Amino acid sequence: MEKIFLTADVLIIGGGAAGLFAAIRLAEINPEIKIFVVEKADVRRSGCLAAGVNALNAYIGEGRTPKDYVDYAFNDAHGIARRDLLFTMSERLNHVTKIIERLGLVIQKDLQGKYVLRGWRNVKINGENIKPILAAAVKNFPNVKIFNHVNVTDFFLGGNKVLGAYGFSTREKNFYSFAAKVTLISTGGAAGIYLPNHAGGSRHQMWYPPFNTGAGYAMGIRAGAEMTTFEMRFIALRCKDTIAPTGTLAQGVGAAQINSGGELYQKNYGNTTSERVFAVTSEILAGRGACFLKTVGISAEQEKNLFEAYLNMSPAQTLKWLETNQSPKNFNVEVAGTEPYIVGGHTAAGYWVDANRKTTLQNLYAAGDVAGGCPQKYVTGAFAEAEIVAEKISETLDEIEMPAQINFDADDFEKFFKNDSPFSVDDLEIAMQTVMDEYAGGLTQNYRFSERQLTLAAKNIERIEKLSEKLHAADMYGLLKIFELRERLTVAKVLIEHMRARRETRWAGFGQNLDFPNRDEKFNLFVNSVTRDGKTKIIFREL
Amino acid sequence: MIVIDKKICVGCGRCVDICPGNLLEIKNTCAACRDIRDCWGCCACVKICPVNAIAYMLSADLGGVGAKLFAEDSATKLTWKILKPDGEKIILEVDKSQANKF
Repeated sequence: MEKIFLTADVLIIGGGAAGLFAAIRLAEINPEIKIFVVEKADVRRSGCLAAGVNALNAYIGEGRTPKDYVDYAFNDAHGIARRDLLFTMSERLNHVTKIIERLGLVIQKDLQGKYVLRGWRNVKINGENIKPILAAAVKNFPNVKIFNHVNVTDFFLGGNKVLGAYGFSTREKNFYSFAAKVTLISTGGAAGIYLPNHAGGSRHQMWYPPFNTGAGYAMGIRAGAEMTTFEMRFIALRCKDTIAPTGTLAQGVGAAQINSGGELYQKNYGNTTSERVFAVTSEILAGRGACFLKTVGISAEQEKNLFEAYLNMSPAQTLKWLETNQSPKNFNVEVAGTEPYIVGGHTAAGYWVDANRKTTLQNLYAAGDVAGGCPQKYVTGAFAEAEIVAEKISETLDEIEMPAQINFDADDFEKFFKNDSPFSVDDLEIAMQTVMDEYAGGLTQNYRFSERQLTLAAKNIERIEKLSEKLHAADMYGLLKIFELRERLTVAKVLIEHMRARRETRWAGFGQNLDFPNRDEKFNLFVNSVTRDGKTKIIFREL
Repeated sequence: MIVIDKKICVGCGRCVDICPGNLLEIKNTCAACRDIRDCWGCCACVKICPVNAIAYMLSADLGGVGAKLFAEDSATKLTWKILKPDGEKIILEVDKSQANKF
């Protein structure tokens, strides 16, 4: 076993859209500082953009203003979002779009050279290679060092101050200690907490990457950072089975939702993201399912374009259409809701931050899916937050002292190689997912839960967490799997407390509290939490 | 899910490096998936394989009938090939200089 001690000016944890963009902007402004990006996979294809992305979904089209985007996102979140965060993001959306185009992203333009939009806020692109583009751009900066295949597990803390972080290689028996003046947490959201759509052989055919396990949230929770709005879970409305995007069909070819009787039903439910999910759940429960996007009748050219668009982000869907001879021109596309996720790029869940994206811990910033309060940020919003952080760090770096190298107890990791347990990681993962599904408003419960069920969920998650301490790892990959499970359990525990604290139903599509089935204006506030010594304390904050 | 043709795989390890889930390893000079149930279906390995040894397949519980999806990645285009169980081949080329129409 080797311990490797390293020091940087800025430590970036998570080499996704936010992390890599922050590294690029920081290195451009400060060619003399040392920047580390630590990624548990390979930055060329890691995180939620591994397969690509179909469009840049956050942009301010001509004739619109950042305020329009703020209003849209605020309304879509049914009023639970930070206007200050939304505004500081929105005013940079077009600027960061220009930067990613300069780095090599293909954006569709008209004859006048203007971007071609879908609606007023979606830019049409070829986004299959967005991660390789970002990874190649980072390589141009000699002062950025990438650590691929290194999994960070915890921050180093000195009082309330973050002094760096530590973790292990997913391949060799190497442990890493990174000391840094400033740390940016830019890991992904959390998938895999709930039982997924296909619990068997295709358990990982899910909306969000199953490898995004909420590591950044878990690290923050353990370090006592304030978290916000976990109870605003995200449920994606997807093409059934492949769990491929539906927006491309709805907005791209104008496909409307219909039920099995051919009726258009969405108008009865409203058109926010959660209302669109609620519409499908309700139609099915009323016996009018299954539900479809009406694609029958689109042209052959539209169909060909759909095949290409899906290959660029979700190839399974194109394969399914062609393999089963059920192409969208001749067959409507069935839709389904997914299991719940915690993801700050879509909802407001994540670290409680100020307008500079500084967390409640000193010298720790958050950007992208782990940063809370700022929903509908998508890829460009993550870039915008990354740039805000890069600029703020550049202004303040000189004032911060470099911490000394920090040791940690390797036994925290090595004990798992010596452990003996009758259970495997898989056993406990399925146990956790089943508990969350049944008692905390999962897919099979149509996202409904009661306070008494949440109490049972909390008890069972605690039991599973205890069992996880005894898990055995055969190798470094086994160790990674144990830590991924433990991250999910940490997030699940805090999620349950947030769900319990919001005694109303704010986003029916994302979850219905059966004890409090209606919206209650008393809860026009943020449900935040701080966890210390394993106890989660809820803090209500004004909007 | 992915399927790896052991007769074609040259054991170069590119897929091992690129998989966002750290799911692939080299076993007896050939790529192998640690647990096929853990595949997300992103196709990063399918695209990077230099000899077309890796294909994506729809599992039976997703409605699959056994067709394989291969990809060849070049500087200008991404060429996708679907091979159906009855022998039918479908080729789809995506020009990298063009944006999606939707």
